[in-house]
Amino acid sequence: MLNTSEIEVESDFEELSEKRPFFQVFFELIRKQPLGAAGGGIVVLMILMAIFAELLTVFDPELNSLEHMLMPPDDTFWLGTDQFGRDLLTRIIYGARTALLVGFTCAIVGATLGLVLGVASAYFGGMFDLIVQRIVDVVMAFPLIILALAVVATLGPGTQNVIIAITIPFVPQCARVVRSNALAIREIPYVDAARALGFSDMRIILRHMVPNVMAPYLIMLTSFLGQAILLEASLSYLGMGVQEPTPAWGLMLQGGAEEFAESAPWVAIWPGIAISLAVFGFNLFGDSVRDTLDPKLRSR
Amino acid sequence: MTPSGQAAVQDSSHYRGNPTGEVLIDVRGLKMHFPVTEGVLIPRVVASVKAVDGLSFQIMKGETLGLVGESGCGKTTTGRCILQLENPTSGEIMFHGQDINGLDDKAMIDVRKKIQVIFQDPFSSLNPRMKIGEIITEPMKVHNIFPDEDARQKRAVDLLTTCGLKANFYDRYPHEMSGGQRQRVGIARALAMNPEFIICDEAVSALDVSIQAQVINLLEDLRDEFGLTYLFISHDLSVVRHICHRVAVMYLGHMVELADCDELFDNPIHPYSQALLEAVPIPDPDLENSREHKIIKGEIPSPISPPSGCVFHPRCPKAVAKCSNQFPELREVRPGHWVACTEV
Repeated sequence: MLNTSEIEVESDFEELSEKRPFFQVFFELIRKQPLGAAGGGIVVLMILMAIFAELLTVFDPELNSLEHMLMPPDDTFWLGTDQFGRDLLTRIIYGARTALLVGFTCAIVGATLGLVLGVASAYFGGMFDLIVQRIVDVVMAFPLIILALAVVATLGPGTQNVIIAITIPFVPQCARVVRSNALAIREIPYVDAARALGFSDMRIILRHMVPNVMAPYLIMLTSFLGQAILLEASLSYLGMGVQEPTPAWGLMLQGGAEEFAESAPWVAIWPGIAISLAVFGFNLFGDSVRDTLDPKLRSR
Repeated sequence: MTPSGQAAVQDSSHYRGNPTGEVLIDVRGLKMHFPVTEGVLIPRVVASVKAVDGLSFQIMKGETLGLVGESGCGKTTTGRCILQLENPTSGEIMFHGQDINGLDDKAMIDVRKKIQVIFQDPFSSLNPRMKIGEIITEPMKVHNIFPDEDARQKRAVDLLTTCGLKANFYDRYPHEMSGGQRQRVGIARALAMNPEFIICDEAVSALDVSIQAQVINLLEDLRDEFGLTYLFISHDLSVVRHICHRVAVMYLGHMVELADCDELFDNPIHPYSQALLEAVPIPDPDLENSREHKIIKGEIPSPISPPSGCVFHPRCPKAVAKCSNQFPELREVRPGHWVACTEV
């Protein structure tokens, strides 16, 4: 063996970061990113609402009750009732489930597919890259809502098809952004080192490139969350999305806005506020995630 | 390593003479032309960058061959071609008598275990999301050299110690380390698969001088201990003189001179090598100021359209008329000293 004591000249480091208690990190985050924390608060509230829906309300969200039709807000029905006598607060609470289900599924599946496609496109390059990017161009040429409408028109309405319809336009968006980052990483020597070590393409993509494009991926993912909720509400409002009697905010807006805008405005106002708040919360949260992960975009 | 490998190294560690012994790497007529394309949908080739244009050399087992030249002369591309990170346009790369150029991925894996690389920049050659231990054990895991995780970990710690790092670096991330420490990790990773041949692509250029000396000494120690063969790519001539047995000088994709290390530094024959060696400053200000500097005129030509004949003739102080149309082949002017110039 070598005489290691002779060449062991670089002493090791002090412990670089000591562990801080969780609440301290938490309060620092609120101080540095107050808007993001507010957005995060709305998101957490929505998630709690969706999880504990049964405990928060005594009414059934889908059961018609003809004697309570179009009741204005009062002691029993805090936000009033709709044209079928269902409590609006109950339906908004249960509607969070639909919104979150669609939002998270579409955002995670769409962004992840885009991630793999984008990194693979950058890694292989050449003809594969060219073909993938031209397909991405074609899909991205359609406005989001038009493409989603076209997919729903083909598959038919329903929660599952809405998820598919919203996911498809997300994939190329994420692939494009991730590809541009992955192209830069492709040229960094550790990828060459991995190739020289004889690793498979799959291993290089998943173990060496994907972890290093996590920042744009997470930024896209959080921005997709708000978009997906808005898109689902739009599709439901147009009658191409979630179908009655499933509680969904866009659907409640459609039922209320058309006929009862003047006689019973509360039917449309509350789901409208719910949609706005949710999208607002997710976007604020997404912005702060972007600021934290991508220092280049940070404006101070 | 094998005992025979050890013995060969013992013989060659002080040898500076003509290459003898087993040929490990034999590069014949290597050409790497990068296409320059135009058009978005249907790209067509309009020109090519001749990064390496007909390079031939041999590296003996246990030998260190230096590859020097200015930026853009094709040193690094040569290394990447041998590693098969690029697909050479033409030529043969014989490793143990087998042409590895264009081998399919499966057959290439066995070769990749034997040929490794140490990169220039220690800050970008390690994956920032992986711990040092993972970086070193991954190749052993993928190629099933040590199926048992404890054995892999033990070997990784051994390698770290061999490379002059403490065992507790195993759980660190690259960003917690200095440049010299990272370069040692890069060396440990290259050693993980028991290679025979390591390409050092500017392996010490990014380090400061005191760390350079440590890493150079480490590379020399490893060469003796494991019987390694190096292709040492560098533009730092003093480092090359210290570590190499033979040195090849490249200019614009061609080899212009190849000789034993001391022979080349003491008696450079090719006008380009002479100019290159004269550019090395002398660490004595009086001597440095009094000596005459012969600066070669002009800029390095574009490798897209290299000059006709000898590629160096537009800048050469000794150029005559025939240099512009006659391509000079490498010829042996003294035993073991090869020069590509018709005028010397």
